[in-house]
Amino acid sequence: MKRVYVNEQWCLGCRLCEYHCAFANSKESDMVKALKNKRIAPNIRVESKGNINFAVSCRHCEDPLCVRGCITGALQKIDGLITVDKERCIHCYTCIVCCPYGAIAPSDDGAIQKCELCIKNNNGTPACVRGCINQAIVYEER
Amino acid sequence: MHFKEGEVRIPSGCAILGVIDKSRKRFSGEDMIRAITVMHERGNGLGGGFAGYGIYPEYKDYYAFHVFYDDASIKKQCELFLDEHFDIINLSKIPTRKMSEIKDEPLIWRYFLAPHPTKLKSSQLDEREFVAKSVFKINTTIKGAYVFSSGKNMGVFKAVGYPEDVGRFYKLEEYEGYCFTAHGRYPTNTPGWWGGAHPFALLDYSVVHNGEISSYDANRRCIEMYGYKCTLLTDTEVITYIVDYLHRKKGLDFKEIASVIAAPFWNTIVNYPDEERKKCEYLRNAFASLLITGPFSIIIGCQDGMVALNDRLKLRPMVVAEKGDKVFVSTEECAIRVIEPNLDRIWAPKGGEAVIIKLEDERL
Amino acid sequence: MNYIYPEYEVVRNHSRCITCRACENQCANNVHSYVECENRMESNDDACVNCHRCVTICPTRALKIAKTDHVFRENANWTGKTINEIYKQAQSGGVLLSSMGNPENYPVYFDKILINASQVTNPSIDPLREPMETRVFLGSKSHDIVRDAAGKIVTETTPQLDLSIPVMFSAMSYGSISYNAHESLAKAAQKLGIYYNTGEGGLHEDFYKYSKNTIVQVASGRFGVHKDYLTAAAAIEIKMGQGAKPGIGGHLPGTKIIGDVSRTRMIPEGSDAISPAPHHDIYSIEDLRQLVFSLKEATDYKKPVIVKIAAVHNVTAIASGVVRSGADMIAIDGFRGGTGAAPTKIRDNVGIPIELALASVDKRLRDEGIRDKVSLIVGGSIRSSSDIVKAIALGADCVYIGSAALIAMGCHLCRNCQSGKCNWGIATQMPELVKRLNPAIAYQRLVNLISAWRHEIKEMMGGMGINSIESLKGNRLMLRGVGLNEKELSILGIYHAGE
Repeated sequence: MKRVYVNEQWCLGCRLCEYHCAFANSKESDMVKALKNKRIAPNIRVESKGNINFAVSCRHCEDPLCVRGCITGALQKIDGLITVDKERCIHCYTCIVCCPYGAIAPSDDGAIQKCELCIKNNNGTPACVRGCINQAIVYEER
Repeated sequence: MHFKEGEVRIPSGCAILGVIDKSRKRFSGEDMIRAITVMHERGNGLGGGFAGYGIYPEYKDYYAFHVFYDDASIKKQCELFLDEHFDIINLSKIPTRKMSEIKDEPLIWRYFLAPHPTKLKSSQLDEREFVAKSVFKINTTIKGAYVFSSGKNMGVFKAVGYPEDVGRFYKLEEYEGYCFTAHGRYPTNTPGWWGGAHPFALLDYSVVHNGEISSYDANRRCIEMYGYKCTLLTDTEVITYIVDYLHRKKGLDFKEIASVIAAPFWNTIVNYPDEERKKCEYLRNAFASLLITGPFSIIIGCQDGMVALNDRLKLRPMVVAEKGDKVFVSTEECAIRVIEPNLDRIWAPKGGEAVIIKLEDERL
Repeated sequence: MNYIYPEYEVVRNHSRCITCRACENQCANNVHSYVECENRMESNDDACVNCHRCVTICPTRALKIAKTDHVFRENANWTGKTINEIYKQAQSGGVLLSSMGNPENYPVYFDKILINASQVTNPSIDPLREPMETRVFLGSKSHDIVRDAAGKIVTETTPQLDLSIPVMFSAMSYGSISYNAHESLAKAAQKLGIYYNTGEGGLHEDFYKYSKNTIVQVASGRFGVHKDYLTAAAAIEIKMGQGAKPGIGGHLPGTKIIGDVSRTRMIPEGSDAISPAPHHDIYSIEDLRQLVFSLKEATDYKKPVIVKIAAVHNVTAIASGVVRSGADMIAIDGFRGGTGAAPTKIRDNVGIPIELALASVDKRLRDEGIRDKVSLIVGGSIRSSSDIVKAIALGADCVYIGSAALIAMGCHLCRNCQSGKCNWGIATQMPELVKRLNPAIAYQRLVNLISAWRHEIKEMMGGMGINSIESLKGNRLMLRGVGLNEKELSILGIYHAGE
C-alpha cells in the first residue's frame, strides 16, 4: 500500500506541509481565506532539532495500537488505511495516548483528527506530498 | 541582375541518366539524346550535358581537356600555360552544329595532353594530382577560361539549353562510348552559365546530380581544407571533389564512399555484424563532415565504371535497370524504356544503397 | 554610515500573507522575520540578494521583489551602479567581486543571427517521422586510411568521446558548487549519454561511479589531481583560462575548504585554495605540449586531452598553437562565461564574445588545414537550443553549458555565489543549504532541459533539411546576420539576411 514517507535527508523544516495539510482539510478553495489569521491544526507536524527536521504524520501501522485502543470502533483499518468515523468518536482520547508517534490529536469539534492520506478531501496525492518543495515527503509503496 | 555560378549559390532540380555497357561494347551517343528528351519537363532549358567514356580510344593515354574561353586572348593565355606544363599532343575546336536553341556559345576547345615530364618531376606530385592542380590553376587564375573536362578517354559536353539540344549541338551522335551520363537542369534563379551545367568533372570522375544538398557548406568548408577550391558553389562540384578525394586520394572503394557520403543511420550501424559496424563507425566518424544530407540522386562516372547513389532518405527518384551487359540508371523509368523497351530487370534502389556497376576486367 | 541604498525591495502583500514563516525559514540572508505581537512578517531589504527563494516557495504568492525606485540625480556618465561601486570600494578598500557571467550590455551575436529553413526546392524533414541524428564523436579525426594485409580498413582511432547530443556540462568544481549539485550533473550526464566536468576541485570518491561520463580538470592549482583521478575519467581537461576571468587564477576561501571539499582537493581544511593565474610549468606553448603529453603518458594514451582557453583577442593564434601541442579538443570560453567568483571589472571588461572567437578560430584552423585534428567545444553563454544550432553552424563540434545547467537546477542568477550562502543549495557548502538541492529533482530537471533542447534542435535541423548534426557543423550558409556591419559579418563568415 502507498504511504506517506519522509526522507529526513531532504526535509528542510520549512513547515509548508503543515499549511498544505491544513488547507486541504479546510474545505476552502483559497489558501488565504482558509489560513489567514488562523491557528492551524495540521495532521502532519515538523519536528526540528538543530539541522535535523522531520515531518511526522500517521504511519498507518500494520498493527495499529490506536485501532486496538479505540473502544467505539471510530478508528478502523480499511484496506490498510486507518480512518476516523467522527460520529462514533466519544472523545475519550485513548488513541492519542496509545499512538507512539503523536500522530493523532483532538480537533476543534472535540473528535479526534489524524492523517487519512487526503482520501476524504479528494486530493489524490496527499497535499503534504504535493506541497513539499524538496520531495522530502513522498507517497509511495515500500 | 544576373549572377554567374560562383557568385551566388544556385539550387536546382534535374533529370539524370546513365547507361553503361559492362563488356565495354561501344554505342552511339544518339540513344542518350533520345532518352533524355523524354525527361524534357525535368529541366527548364538552363543547362544540359553529357559525359562519354571510351570516346577517345585513339588518344586513350592522354588527358583530354575540354575548355570554354570567353575570347581568343584568353585562349592564348591559357595555351601558354598548357604549353608550359604539358606536351600538347593534339588540339582542335570541338565540332558543334549551329542551332537557334543554343545561344551565346563561348569558344570551345579540346586538347590532348601529356604532363611535361620535367615539370611533373619537379612538382613532386603524382601524375593525376599534377593534372588536377593544373585544372584548378587555370580555373581559378585565368579569368574567362574554364576547363570542364580533364580525364583520359572521356569527355564532357555541356551548355546552356535543353539537354537534347545540347546533344545535337555537340553532335553527340558522332561519338561512341561504352558509358554515357546525361543531365537536364532546372536551376531556380539564374539563366545559368555554360560551366555551371552538368556533368561536373575532374580527371575521369564525372558527376550528374539531381537534388539540393542541405549539407553544402559543411561539405564545402571541409573539402576545401584538402586542396580543393569550390568556385561554382554548386552541389555537383562539391560532390565531385568529395568523390575524387575519397576515391583517388584516400583509396576508398565506392561501397566505402557510399558509407561516408550517404552513411547509414547510427541505429542501423549498431545492428551490423561486428566488423562491418566498426568499419562504418570509423568511416562515419573520420569523415563526418563529408556526410551529404538533403535530397540527391547522383550518377558518378569514372575510369572503372559507373555508380548510382541516392541520399539516405531517398528524397529524389532514381531507378536502375538491366538488359544483357547494359545497365541503365535514370530519374524516370520512361527514359530507359524509350531506348530499351524490353528490360531483364528494373528496380528502385533503397536510399543510401550504392549501385556499383563495374566494367569487366576492372576493379572498382 | 552605510552609503548603499538597497537595490531591491521585498514587496509583501500582507492581505495574502498567512505568516507561515516559510520565507523566514528559507532565507539564509535573514531578510524575513516574524513580529509576534502583530502576527506579521517583516523584511530587511538591505540583506536581500534577489534570489527569489522566498518568492518561489511562498504558498500564497504574497511576495515579490521590486527594483527600488530610489534614484540618484540623473547622469548618463555617472550611473547609480558606478557611484555605488565607488561607495563600496571607498568603504572596503577591496576588489569588487561578482559571480556568474558578464551582465553588461554588450552585443549578443547569437541574437543577431538567424537560421535557415527549406522551402520548395528541398524538403524539410519531420523528426517525428524520420530519423534525426544528434550523435557526435569528439576527438582528433584522422583521414588516414590504413589497410591490413587483407585490405580491411584498420579502425583504431585516437580516443574519442561519444555524445548523444553535442552538449556537455562545463567545469564547475566541487567547492564552488555543492555535493548535491555535482551529483545532479553527474547523474544527468550519465542518463543523457553526455559528459560533465569536475572543474578544479577533484572528484569526490562517491562520484567515481559516474566516471565514464566525467571529464576531469587539471588546472593551475593541480587540486585533487592524482593517478586514479586521471585514469578514472573519460577525458582530461587542462584549464588554461576561463571566460569570466581570463588571465586570473582562482581563490576558494578557506571557509569553504571543509570536510570532503578539503579531502577531495587534497589540501588541509581551512586553507585557502589558490589557483595561480598561469600554470607555473607552462610559460609558453611548448610547455603546454609537455603537459598534454605527460597526461597522455600517465593515462596510456587512452584519454583525449582537452585544452580550455578563454576567448581573448589573439585566440586564433593561441588555438592554432594548442592544436599543434597535441590536444584532442579545444574548449573556448567566451567573455560571458560564468564563474563562482571573479573580480567584477575583469569579468565585465576582459575577453571577447564567443561567437566571434568561434568563427575566427574555426576559419583559422581550416585555413591551416588542421581543423579535423581537434574538436572545438564552445561555452561562455550558450543559453538555448537555438544558440547551440548557431554555434554548431558557425563551426563548433559541441557546446559547454554552465549557467544554463545551474538555472535548470534552480539558480536564479542573483549572482552572489561568492557569498557562499546560496539559498538554492547550489553554490554553497553549508550543510543546511546544500540539502535544499535534492539531486532526484535537480537531475530530472537537467535531463528535461537537454531532452527539450534535443527536440528543438531536431526540429530546426529538420527544417533545414538536415538529418544529421555533422552536416550542420560549419554549415554557415544556414545562417544570416541581422543588423550586423560588414566587419562583423566577415568575421562570422556569414551573409546578411536578404543576401
